[in-house]
Amino acid sequence: MNPGTQMVKLTYREAAREGLRDALARDPRVFLMGEDVGHYGGCFAVSKGLLQEFGPERIRDTPLSELAFTGMGIGAAMGGMRPIVEIMTVNFSLLALDQILNNAATLLHMSGGQFNVPLVIRMATGAGKQLAAQHAHSLEGWYAHIPGIRVVSPATLADVRGMLWTALEDPDPVLIFENNTLYTMEGELAVDAGPVDIDHARVLREGSDVSIITYSASLHKSLAAAETLAGEGISAEVIDLRTLRPLDDATIMGSVAKTHRALIVDEGWRSGSISAEISARIVEQAFYELDAPVERLCSAEVPIPYARHMEQAAIPQAETIVATVKRMVQSHG
Amino acid sequence: MKNKTKQTAKVDRDHGLRLLRKMLLIRRFEAKSAELYSAMKIRGFLHLYDGEEAVAVGVMEALTPEDAVVATYREHGQALARGVSANAIMAEMYGKQEGCSRGRGGSMHLFDAAARFYGGNAIVGGGLPLALGFALADAMQGKKRVTCCFFGDGATAEGVFYESLNLAALWRLPVLFILENNLYAMGTAICYAHAVADIAPKAASHGVQTEIVDGMDVLAVEKGARRGAEFVREGNGPYFIECRTYRFRAHSMFDAELYRTRAEVEKWRKRDPIASFFDLCKEQAVLSDADMEELERDVAAEVDGAVAFAEAGTWEPVEDLTRYVYSEGRPR
Repeated sequence: MNPGTQMVKLTYREAAREGLRDALARDPRVFLMGEDVGHYGGCFAVSKGLLQEFGPERIRDTPLSELAFTGMGIGAAMGGMRPIVEIMTVNFSLLALDQILNNAATLLHMSGGQFNVPLVIRMATGAGKQLAAQHAHSLEGWYAHIPGIRVVSPATLADVRGMLWTALEDPDPVLIFENNTLYTMEGELAVDAGPVDIDHARVLREGSDVSIITYSASLHKSLAAAETLAGEGISAEVIDLRTLRPLDDATIMGSVAKTHRALIVDEGWRSGSISAEISARIVEQAFYELDAPVERLCSAEVPIPYARHMEQAAIPQAETIVATVKRMVQSHG
Repeated sequence: MKNKTKQTAKVDRDHGLRLLRKMLLIRRFEAKSAELYSAMKIRGFLHLYDGEEAVAVGVMEALTPEDAVVATYREHGQALARGVSANAIMAEMYGKQEGCSRGRGGSMHLFDAAARFYGGNAIVGGGLPLALGFALADAMQGKKRVTCCFFGDGATAEGVFYESLNLAALWRLPVLFILENNLYAMGTAICYAHAVADIAPKAASHGVQTEIVDGMDVLAVEKGARRGAEFVREGNGPYFIECRTYRFRAHSMFDAELYRTRAEVEKWRKRDPIASFFDLCKEQAVLSDADMEELERDVAAEVDGAVAFAEAGTWEPVEDLTRYVYSEGRPR
């Protein structure tokens, strides 16, 4: 950012929209398609106004046919366009999983390097809005299992605006997961905020006693927990993974080598999760740095329930992060 | 919906030679492939096109090199008819790096960027949305090209078939849909899979221009495909051709063919697209037995050459295993 750059107050939703506007204005090959992205203005109002600004050729309302329009995005990307496919929620993306896994992720390798798929897929994810068990899961970690795609998870205004730019320049498919509880989050961003890298995790708060490794909505809970812990004399470092595939091992291991304790906070289910992968990598690569076992805070292994108190109990919270860190630090002081 | 009655077309000698040679090449290439499969030179799945040659060959006559082709896992015929080299296809089936997909795809995943040949899709119906995407990209870039998508009757039971027809018609996408109706989805006859076994009206019900052709008659297929391709190229939206055809051999090399009778196969064999087209050419005195003999020799040489090419091919180094999972130069 240049000194003197004007800062504006906006929401995560508006920052996401600015990212879309940048992309559409910058590159005539870019277009957005998905359910209700145009006339309705986007299920979460992210694309509101874009139909009026860019027209129906570039803001395309699709029928409810995730499998077909996701596959169509793959073909259009191979055919020279730079499509952004919006899938309303991660649960619905399962209807398109065949195309994502069997085509987007495989075509480059299976064709012996002949065909890139420069496709971007955006979708909403996460619990916290009482949307219950078919709209509120966090399956980013599942997608991170698949070689051939990139999985990114913007938790900040700068990232939700700037990751799209970088993703569109990537020659390979990129999946962007936007946590729906973040859309109303407010913050400040430079008016000319530009692309950000999608290859590295970022240390958002420095600390020396424990590394809290997290992403998406859990980042903000982790930062709040770190603030509380600081008041009690515990110095927590907070890492925003930003990209779930490929994982930035160097940043994770560098932090663990400094703090000697690691807590992974992940809104995915615990079994077979991205948190399990990170834990395994820490044990493989930094075992002798550890002063305490690696710990994980994940979602309870239940379908996300509707009732607010039950939903909140199902996902990691700042209080549970604080309690877990205190136990880790005290019992292995 | 139009259902064209068969007309006896006049065949031009060069045209006749070209069609016959292409069909013969597919037939002989695949016979050799089956032999090599038994000899364990080719492994994995091998789905032969034997009996359906007129479909691929007739359709390709209507396409230009700029058009795109999306096919299924039974795509040796389409690849050969499109002009993908027999050498590269055979090497692919051997798993050699000189293959058209570097040996990573095998029989079911033939790709060739230069021929705009996009597979080789082994998820039934999976190629349909891809074809829509190529067509959408062409339309948005102002290119008057056709994307031709082959699929079987099995695909028409998949949800993605209906999603794709609806989208193609809704957005008037330049797609030429080619249904290869060979009456069986693997070993399940249409009557056991479709409440309404007549498929073309299902496409028509989406507002797609539809036509049914005799898939055993290469000239009928070509004529229909030319009509369809022109319709699509002129910006009228998608066109759907149902080619009624039959596969003479088993679904794959593992198929014991318990689901159909020998008599049924024999009945269809009498309508062999190669023999019947050659008979027509002889009737019209544009081709002779000597021409056929020469074609056989020529095709045999090409097939033998492909086998020699594949035999002489090399194995991709194991160090390249993870190459092309992501584009070169990007973190993985």
